[in-house]
Amino acid sequence: MDSVFHKRRHSGPPVSRTERVFDGVIVICTLIVSFSMLYPLLFVLGRSFSSPDTVNLSGMSVLPKKWSLVGYSFVLKSSFIWTGYLNTIVRTLLGTAIGLAVSIGYAYPLSKKNLPGRNVLTFMLILTMFASGGLVPEYILIKNLGLFDTIWSMVLPSAMKAFNVVIIRNFFMSIPEELDEAAEIDGCSAIGTLFNIILPVSTPIIATISLWMIVQHWNSWFDCLLYMRDPNRFVLQIVLRRIIFESSVEMTGAVSAEQQVSQEVVKYATIIVATAPILMVYPFIQKYFVKGIMMGSLKG
Amino acid sequence: MLNPTKAVKPVKASGSKSAHRIGGRYWNKYKSLYLLMLPGILFLIIFRYIPLYGITIAFKDFQVKKGILGSDWVGLEHFIYLFGNRSFWSVLGNTVIMSFYKMIFGFPAPIILALVINELKNVRYKKLVQTFTYMPHFISWVVVAGIFLQLLSPGTGPINFVIKSFGMDPVYFLGDPRYFRGTMVFTGIWKSVGWDSVIYIAALTGIDTGLYEAATIDGCTRLKRIWYITIPSIMPIIVMMLIMRSGKLIEDNFDQIFNFLNDGVLSVGDVISTYVYRLGIEKMKYSYATAVDVFRNVVSFVLVFLTNTIAKKAGEEGLW
Repeated sequence: MDSVFHKRRHSGPPVSRTERVFDGVIVICTLIVSFSMLYPLLFVLGRSFSSPDTVNLSGMSVLPKKWSLVGYSFVLKSSFIWTGYLNTIVRTLLGTAIGLAVSIGYAYPLSKKNLPGRNVLTFMLILTMFASGGLVPEYILIKNLGLFDTIWSMVLPSAMKAFNVVIIRNFFMSIPEELDEAAEIDGCSAIGTLFNIILPVSTPIIATISLWMIVQHWNSWFDCLLYMRDPNRFVLQIVLRRIIFESSVEMTGAVSAEQQVSQEVVKYATIIVATAPILMVYPFIQKYFVKGIMMGSLKG
Repeated sequence: MLNPTKAVKPVKASGSKSAHRIGGRYWNKYKSLYLLMLPGILFLIIFRYIPLYGITIAFKDFQVKKGILGSDWVGLEHFIYLFGNRSFWSVLGNTVIMSFYKMIFGFPAPIILALVINELKNVRYKKLVQTFTYMPHFISWVVVAGIFLQLLSPGTGPINFVIKSFGMDPVYFLGDPRYFRGTMVFTGIWKSVGWDSVIYIAALTGIDTGLYEAATIDGCTRLKRIWYITIPSIMPIIVMMLIMRSGKLIEDNFDQIFNFLNDGVLSVGDVISTYVYRLGIEKMKYSYATAVDVFRNVVSFVLVFLTNTIAKKAGEEGLW
């Protein structure tokens, strides 16, 4: 009777006691890991809704002792946070558009096996994965090109990544050649084929690569630190850096001593405001991120 | 009667003509493709190969006014200065020690996580765990540093709240040289363990389930199945990742360290990339900072090469 009971609960073979203990241990492990991933974020979220006088009370609870929106009211009023947001959105959109265009433009011809000079062009690309000029030569280049304090200094140097191009090329190569040939016989030009035939069937990889680019641009800060001098051109991450690490009053607009008491809450609120867009969208598009990694790892 | 020479000649002529015609057609056919690549080619030349040429300033006395081409060659002067500089050796030591810790603790972590996730039976719970563990990957280091600054704060942070509630003194995780490295290892794992496990999870899903069934029939326990089937199956990927990682023994995570670094922990926390930034950008010692970078690149290439050779000798598949 006992075994019948087992069979009804589990469709597989009867589960032994050690099996169940093993499963329990695994579940507990993953619960601990998940908690340690979530707790820091929940903690910051809770503190961002605290009142300035209770925000620094120590304790483990993620819930605020006294609810208040003071932090967010400062964030909403700070012009630097708003311009930072705008600058980040502009660089993300422009950077992703340019990055996609350049990468696809380089990847598509490389997917043609009989393209003369294909090996040289591939080598030229792959070499950049292993050898780079490093910080100083790149800094001098941007300086000499006169790109300081322009959005191009943040958009252009990271436009094309060899890894991305290789993944796109591999995807293009996996598309049956007959599709291409049929289009060519119908009188489609190479560019026409790319737009009408290849890109429509490549949406999974294009989605993945664009999402990678969006996240990368959203989170970048070092290029802005290097090349941007005008605070009105700072991206969100740099404004955030100023607020969190330098407790910059200039950035939050908390001028009077009374207002500076709120500085701590403002830090938490800024973190949430800067991170929320990515974290809210991410669970829904997670599978695209992962798909790209798999494509890259299995074929590369 | 056929004249062989006459017969050959026209063929030859038409052959070269058609070759020419094909060449022209090649150009016409591929012109638009090359045009499509042109922005990419220009990009590579301007933003990759010009800076690559720029590393020659490591061998020059670079003057901003003279430019890279016009500056005078000084041979290995910067390298000689570098090797005689105590601060360089300390920074190099910090980098290697930190990477070593990150290798020991950070390399197995995603493998273990992947193995654990792989053992989960409930598909929805599995997806949820994956979502949570991948999440930190999408947060910038600026934000992560900001979060941990608050969490680890000796006065108000929850971690020290727990430590203090046990009657111990608060720990200055980010301000005490004794704890800084450990904190970097932990935050590094926190941010990347989930995402790094993706590649192993991908490999795990590719294992033939027949193997497990056969092992179960033979009476293998779960642990034995993991040890004798799962781990050997993903060994090639583990070795490949190890090789790629070995080159990073002399690299460091600038985004991470730079955001956590403070004067109190400079003695253990200053690493090559932060050193290069401070000297190259802040103090404008362009040539010297580039020499440090060049040194690092050479060492990292040698390391990858060596590990690859060792892996091949040991019978594993290498990178090349």
